[in-house]
Amino acid sequence: MTSTFARHLVYVLRDNPVTVVAFGLFLVLVVLGLFGPLLAPYDPLATQAALALQPPNASHWFGTDHLGRDVLSRVIVAARLDLLISVCAVTLSFALGSSLGAVAGFYGGIADRVIGRVADTIMAFPLFVLAMGIVAALGNTVENIVYATAIINLPFYARVARAEVAIRRQAGFVDAARLAGNGELRLLALHIFPNTLPPMMVQVSLNMGWAILNAAGLSFIGLGVRPPTPEWGIMVAEGATYIISGEWWLALFPGAALMLAVFCFNLLGDGLRDLIDPRKRT
Amino acid sequence: MATRSRLGLVARRLAGAIPSIIGVVVVTFVLTRALPGDPAAYFAGAAADAESIEAVRHQLGLDRSLPEQFVGYVVALAQGDLGTSVSSGRPVTIELAERLPASIELTGLGLLFALMVAIPLGVLAATRPNSWVDHLCRVVVTAGVSLPTFFSGLFLVYVFYYLLGWAPSPLGRLDFIYLPPPQVTGFYTVDALLAGDTETFFAALRQLVLPALTLGLFALAPIARMTRGSMIQVLSGDFVRTARAMGLRRRTVLITYALRNALLPVITTLGMVFSFLLGSNVLVEKVFSWPGVGSWAIEGLIASDYAAVQGFVLTMAMLFIAVNLAIDVLYTLIDPRLGMDG
Amino acid sequence: MAAALLAVDRLSVSFRTRSGVVKALEEVSFAVGRGEMVGLVGESGSGKSVSAYAVMGIQDPAARITGGTMHYSGVDLTAASERDLQDLRGCEMSMIFQSPRTALNPIRTIGRQIADVLLRHSGATTRTARDKAVEALAQVRITDPARRYGAYPFELSGGMCQRVMIAMALACDPQLLILDEPTTGLDVTTQAAIMDLVQELCRARNMGALLITHDLHMAADYCDRLVVMHAGHVVESAAVATLLSNPRHPYTAGLIAATPAPDRGLEAITSIPGSLPDLRGTLPPCRYRQRCTRALPACDLPGLAMTELDTGHLVKCRNPL
Ligand SMILES: Nc1ncnc2c1ncn2[C@@H]1O[C@H](COP(=O)(O)OP(=O)(O)O)[C@@H](O)[C@H]1O
Ligand SMILES: [Mg+2]
Repeated sequence: MTSTFARHLVYVLRDNPVTVVAFGLFLVLVVLGLFGPLLAPYDPLATQAALALQPPNASHWFGTDHLGRDVLSRVIVAARLDLLISVCAVTLSFALGSSLGAVAGFYGGIADRVIGRVADTIMAFPLFVLAMGIVAALGNTVENIVYATAIINLPFYARVARAEVAIRRQAGFVDAARLAGNGELRLLALHIFPNTLPPMMVQVSLNMGWAILNAAGLSFIGLGVRPPTPEWGIMVAEGATYIISGEWWLALFPGAALMLAVFCFNLLGDGLRDLIDPRKRT
Repeated sequence: MATRSRLGLVARRLAGAIPSIIGVVVVTFVLTRALPGDPAAYFAGAAADAESIEAVRHQLGLDRSLPEQFVGYVVALAQGDLGTSVSSGRPVTIELAERLPASIELTGLGLLFALMVAIPLGVLAATRPNSWVDHLCRVVVTAGVSLPTFFSGLFLVYVFYYLLGWAPSPLGRLDFIYLPPPQVTGFYTVDALLAGDTETFFAALRQLVLPALTLGLFALAPIARMTRGSMIQVLSGDFVRTARAMGLRRRTVLITYALRNALLPVITTLGMVFSFLLGSNVLVEKVFSWPGVGSWAIEGLIASDYAAVQGFVLTMAMLFIAVNLAIDVLYTLIDPRLGMDG
Repeated sequence: MAAALLAVDRLSVSFRTRSGVVKALEEVSFAVGRGEMVGLVGESGSGKSVSAYAVMGIQDPAARITGGTMHYSGVDLTAASERDLQDLRGCEMSMIFQSPRTALNPIRTIGRQIADVLLRHSGATTRTARDKAVEALAQVRITDPARRYGAYPFELSGGMCQRVMIAMALACDPQLLILDEPTTGLDVTTQAAIMDLVQELCRARNMGALLITHDLHMAADYCDRLVVMHAGHVVESAAVATLLSNPRHPYTAGLIAATPAPDRGLEAITSIPGSLPDLRGTLPPCRYRQRCTRALPACDLPGLAMTELDTGHLVKCRNPL
């Protein structure tokens, strides 16, 4: 069992070297998130008016911004905040969304209809716009960015979980467990739900990228994160003013970091899908 | 016979939108009235004193019970009353109506661009698996969903405005040397044409190109992905084999037989694409200083102009519902198999 | 064989797949004459459809014709351009398929689909195409054809859809009709009705027909000659009566024994042991070798070919019955 899985893993990875690249990128992100402040060559908040708006050079690889801060250091340090926001948001919506979806799929009936209606109502909004409204209502803070991002992603998890649980509700192994005297809730939590995790993981990975994009978009328009905190979205927003006068490095590097992070999670998601569902290939 | 059941189906689709509309109204109400904090203070704006907060409280009926407030909210909505913007002192409905055409013109052109590129790309990729078009399609699809719109917008500005000087400065709908055309539709390009003013038309179009391209690049990915997948599936289908066995021309097989069928699932994904577009529109408007509802809502957010943000969210949601409805109806009219069963 | 409408001679086709080259056909030969219905029989996977697609020139992009020739009325199909083949298809030679409901475009009316073929080949105008399509529908005895013109496939039964397919295939008066399991998935009475219709139309037009089926009974009922395929080889071909009463290849005999017949009890049915060999990699000269009870050491020698044991009775076997 494990060996066939390992062989399949090797097959998928060899077949799809892009996934290997994505995995490498993922490790880089994790390292930056964990040790970013230690790796940054300069203090990301230290301003130096004399060094303002320097293009990339030997001592400042990514150049300096309008206050003379080192862009490289800010990009590195920002990784933690950006990843933290999206990891929290995704964790929240995964936990909440998948439980709701599992309940809906398992019990059906009223629970299913109510939960379905809630998900549909969320989906009736353009999601980013809803996130803006939520942040406006809850208050303009970083936590509320997390909540808003979590809420708009909820329906995706709820739907996947609902579908996966509903398929397995009547599966043979569930009946066996039921006959063995397991209670319904226990059945759901211990026997059905774990089996839905692989497809849910694909969803998580694809969703991470989208969550990062959303959170960065919110801070780009001035919500949540406040300057001078280094964060990719807000750095692009600050750099935007300088694009017209040709100082491209202010916006380019944080933007590229953002893009790579999103790219990495999307590729990982695709790779995971191939791994979990070999039928989708060939 | 078939026509009547088809009409019935369209009516059912229309009725199906009602729960969404109710949901949207309830959510916007909850967002503004039922959350912790003092809504009156929110609506009165950041600069209000105690007296004006009380005035707002009374005016909004916030001193009444929640159900009463809800009824009042719905009644006001039904009369097109979205409250007053604290930053401008003008009714939100009017402010939105003034800016909506700018946003719709931009979003529409962005979608048009996306469709015009994504569908041929998806078709070519599907008909030539593993060719360079197919690889290009795959790159575009993955890169497209990973690109933050605000970043790709800035990138385009840097390249086409700063480096090449091809594009006009990314500041609004029309360069200041031109006067806006007399308002008919609110779309500058259309109005300029109606007024027979080609110079203004091209000026307006030049301003539109980069932001529309930015939006289009973003919307391209899901459409191309869906077209390719759907086309591959249809091309391996039995009826395409039949069409080939009957000697129909390659063009006929590809377009009349395969593509028409393949577009059906693409149409259904357009709803999701539109959700993304309306969201990205906000970001793109900020990047290009586009005077649409999005940048107005951002100003409202920063200035704690509550009525503005609420009105914006509600309008976008209604627009989105309307678009989804139109897509559903279109689908119902195109696919003959609907209208028969269930 | 000079007069043959369709002559396939030592045709070999292979597929390039991820897991290797599949030698789906090897030196397959058969012929169809005018006014004749030839049955191509064999169990599922033996290469019947691949042969038909190769003749029509509609094979999968992964398929390669690696040898042999195909001639239609003297035209070399292997050498013809895609354009010329397109002109032949649906006009000179036509094909109908199994599962007729999915073989028709689901969102185009059946009349339009027939009209498409007419417009393509017969020089009909948009207006005359409609009348001709209605006429074609009437020919396959669809009642009220003018009204049915506007029907969608999902509104019709499977048997009705197959009639539409026949109407479409015959709309431009082809000389050759290939039928790939035309009655699979239809109920028994409909099967007979469809086959009777096909037989009648083919006779009336003096067409050549190739009937692909795994149902030996049906082949016996309607065909003049049978070609038996196994694992990409033609193993035997003869007139129907000869082949059924005096099969010479062990596989044909096995096939006959495995077919339920009214004059034999069910207990008399014996299935052929084993299954089709994997068509990838190197294969023995006789692909039936592993399943054969009459195998000899000589069977492994190269150079196995079709031999004419009687006039018109060809067998590919070193130890025929
Ligand atoms: N597209 C394909 N790719 C690879 N192998 C194929 C393909 N189509 C057919 N084959 C091979 O050709 C053999 C014959 O198939 P087919 O002609 O469809 O059988 P049948 O006699 O049932 O019609 C199959 O067993 C399969 O191995
Ligand atoms: Mg077949």
